[in-house]
Amino acid sequence: MQYPKELFVPLTEKDVQAEMIRPSITYWQDAWRRLKKNPVAMISLVFILCLLLFAIFGPYLSAYSYSDQDFDRRNQGSSIEHPFGTDSLGRDQLVRVMYGARISLSVGFVAALTTFLIGVIYGGISGYAGGRVDNIMMRIVDILYSIPFLLWVIMLMVLFRELFPATGGGAGLYSIFIALGLVFWLPMARIVRGQILSLKEQEFALAAQTIGAPKWKILFRHLIPNTMGPIIVTATLSIPEAIFSEAFLSFIGLGVSAPMASWGMLASDALSSLRSFPHLLMFPALAISVTLLAFNFLGDGLRDALDPRMRK
Amino acid sequence: MLGYLIRRLLSALFAIWVVITVTFIFMHLIPGGPFQTEKAIPEAIKENIEARYKLDQPLHFQYLDYLGNVVRGDLGPSYKYRGQTVNDIIAERFPVSLQLGLLTFIIAIVLGVGAGIIAALYQGRAPDYITMFFSTIGISVPSFILGTLLMYVFAFRLGLLPAAMWGTPQHIIMPAVALAGLPTAFIARLTRSSMLDVLNQDYMRTALAKGLPRLRMIWVHAVKNAIIPVITYSGPLLAAILTGSFIVENIFAVPGLGKHFVTSIYNRDYTVILGLTIFYSILLIGLNMFVDFAYTLVDPRIKLMGSKE
Repeated sequence: MQYPKELFVPLTEKDVQAEMIRPSITYWQDAWRRLKKNPVAMISLVFILCLLLFAIFGPYLSAYSYSDQDFDRRNQGSSIEHPFGTDSLGRDQLVRVMYGARISLSVGFVAALTTFLIGVIYGGISGYAGGRVDNIMMRIVDILYSIPFLLWVIMLMVLFRELFPATGGGAGLYSIFIALGLVFWLPMARIVRGQILSLKEQEFALAAQTIGAPKWKILFRHLIPNTMGPIIVTATLSIPEAIFSEAFLSFIGLGVSAPMASWGMLASDALSSLRSFPHLLMFPALAISVTLLAFNFLGDGLRDALDPRMRK
Repeated sequence: MLGYLIRRLLSALFAIWVVITVTFIFMHLIPGGPFQTEKAIPEAIKENIEARYKLDQPLHFQYLDYLGNVVRGDLGPSYKYRGQTVNDIIAERFPVSLQLGLLTFIIAIVLGVGAGIIAALYQGRAPDYITMFFSTIGISVPSFILGTLLMYVFAFRLGLLPAAMWGTPQHIIMPAVALAGLPTAFIARLTRSSMLDVLNQDYMRTALAKGLPRLRMIWVHAVKNAIIPVITYSGPLLAAILTGSFIVENIFAVPGLGKHFVTSIYNRDYTVILGLTIFYSILLIGLNMFVDFAYTLVDPRIKLMGSKE
C-alpha cells in the first residue's frame, strides 16, 4: 500500500499542546473546587473572614474603648453614636461585642491549634505503634472520654483560678486556652489513630519502610499528610465547640474577668436587666449564634469537600 | 454476653476511680486548702478545723480515707455550709434536676424523632424544609441564649409563664424547652438521615409491593430500624442535659443540683465541687453503660465481642 507523501508532516508545538490532557489537579485544588460549589459553606467562610477583620480592626476604628464608662449614657438603646446601645455602666456595646469577638475567635483558634498538635501526635503514635502501646493509649482516651468535656474543663478552670489568682483578666483567658487544649484533643486523637491504622498497611508506607526511612519520618512525612483531610475537618468543627465552651464558662463565672468582655459574659450581664433592656442581650446572642452556625456550616462543607467518604 | 458485661463494668469502675483520683489531686493542688479565707484565723482554731476534717493527716491517708468514703457512698461534708454534707445536698436537690432532666429527655426524643420522621417522609417538600430550618437554628443556639429569649418573650412580654422559681407545672416548661432545644434539633437531623437510609432499602419496596398499609409499613419496618442511631446518641444527650442544667437552672432559678454546683463554684466550696463532680461522673458513666447494654439488646446485629470500639 502506498501512502501519499504529503501525509507525513512533522509535529508542530501547537499540535502537541492540543493533545495534552487537562492539567492534573492536586487533592487540595480538587477540594477547593468542591468547596466553591457549596454556597452555604462559602457564605460561612466569607462571614468568618469578615468577622475576623471586624474583631481585629473594629476596636481600633471605634471612638470608645471596651472599658470606657459614661454614666450619663447608661442602658441606652441603639443610636448613631452607639449603634448597639450602651450597657449598665455606659460602655459602648458595639465595641464590647467586637472585643468579645476577639476573645471568642482566639479561644476557637487556639483550641483548634492545640487540638491539632496534641491530637495528631497522640493519635499518630498510637495508631502507628499499634499493639499494646495503642491499646493502652486508647484506653486512656476512652476513660477521659467517658466524662463530659465541660465537667473536665470546669474542674481545670476551678484549679487554675486558685493556682494563678491575682494576675488579672488575661490569666482567665490563658486558663481557658490551657483547659480547652487539655480536653479537646480527644476526638482528634481517635480519628487520626483510625486513619493511621489503615494507612500504615498500604503500599506506599511499605515502600518507605523498604528504602529504610526512619519510623518517625514515615509517620510524619508520609502517613499524617495523607490524613490531613479528616484532621482539618475535625479541627474546624472543634472551633464552634470551643467558642460555645468559653461562652458557657463565662456564663457561670469561670471565664475572663471584668472589664474584659466575652460574648458569654455580655449575655450573662444582660440577664440581670433583661426585663428593661433586652437590647443588651440581643447583639451578643446573635453574635454567638450566627458564629456557631457559620463554623458548623463551614465544617460540614469542608467535610464534604475534603473527605467525600465521611459524608453522611 | 456475660464476659462483655463484666469487661464493660470493670472499665466503668476504672474510669470512676480515675475521676476520683484526678479530682482529689486537683483539690490538693489548690494552694492554702479549702479554708483559705481573707481574714486570718488563729492558729489553734485552724489546727482544730484541720483535725476535724482530717487535713493534718498524711496525704496518702487522706486519699485512702476519701476513696473509702466514696465507696461507702459518703461524699463528704460541705466546707461552707456547716453541718450539711454533699449527700444531703444531693438528696435535697437532685430530685428537682431529675424531674427537669427526664422531661427534657422525653421532649427531645419525642419531638426530635417525630420531626425527623416527618421530614424524611416529606423529603424535599415544605415539612422537610421547615424542620431542617428549625433544626439548623436549634443546633447553633446555646441553651443559655434560648433560655433567656424564652424568658423574655413568654414571661416578660406575653406574661404567660412564670419567669423563675419552681413548684407548679408551669414552672418546668421553659427550663425544659430551653434544655431540650439543642438535643431535639440534633435528634431530628439524625432521625431524618437514618430514616432516609432505611426508606431506600429493598425491604421497604418489598413491604410496599406486598400491599402493606403505609402507616404500618412506616411504623413497623422503617422507624424501628431508623431509631437505632438515636439510641447511640442518648449518651451524649444525657451529658448535654446534665451540663446544660448548670446554666438553665441558674437562669430560671430552679433549685436543682445544677444550680447548686454553680453556686459552689462561686463560693469556692471545694468539697462540694469535688463531690458533685464525682456524683455526676458516676451517674454518666453508669447511664452510658446502661445505654450500651440497651443498644446491644435493641439491635441483635451488633456483635458483643466487637463492641469494644
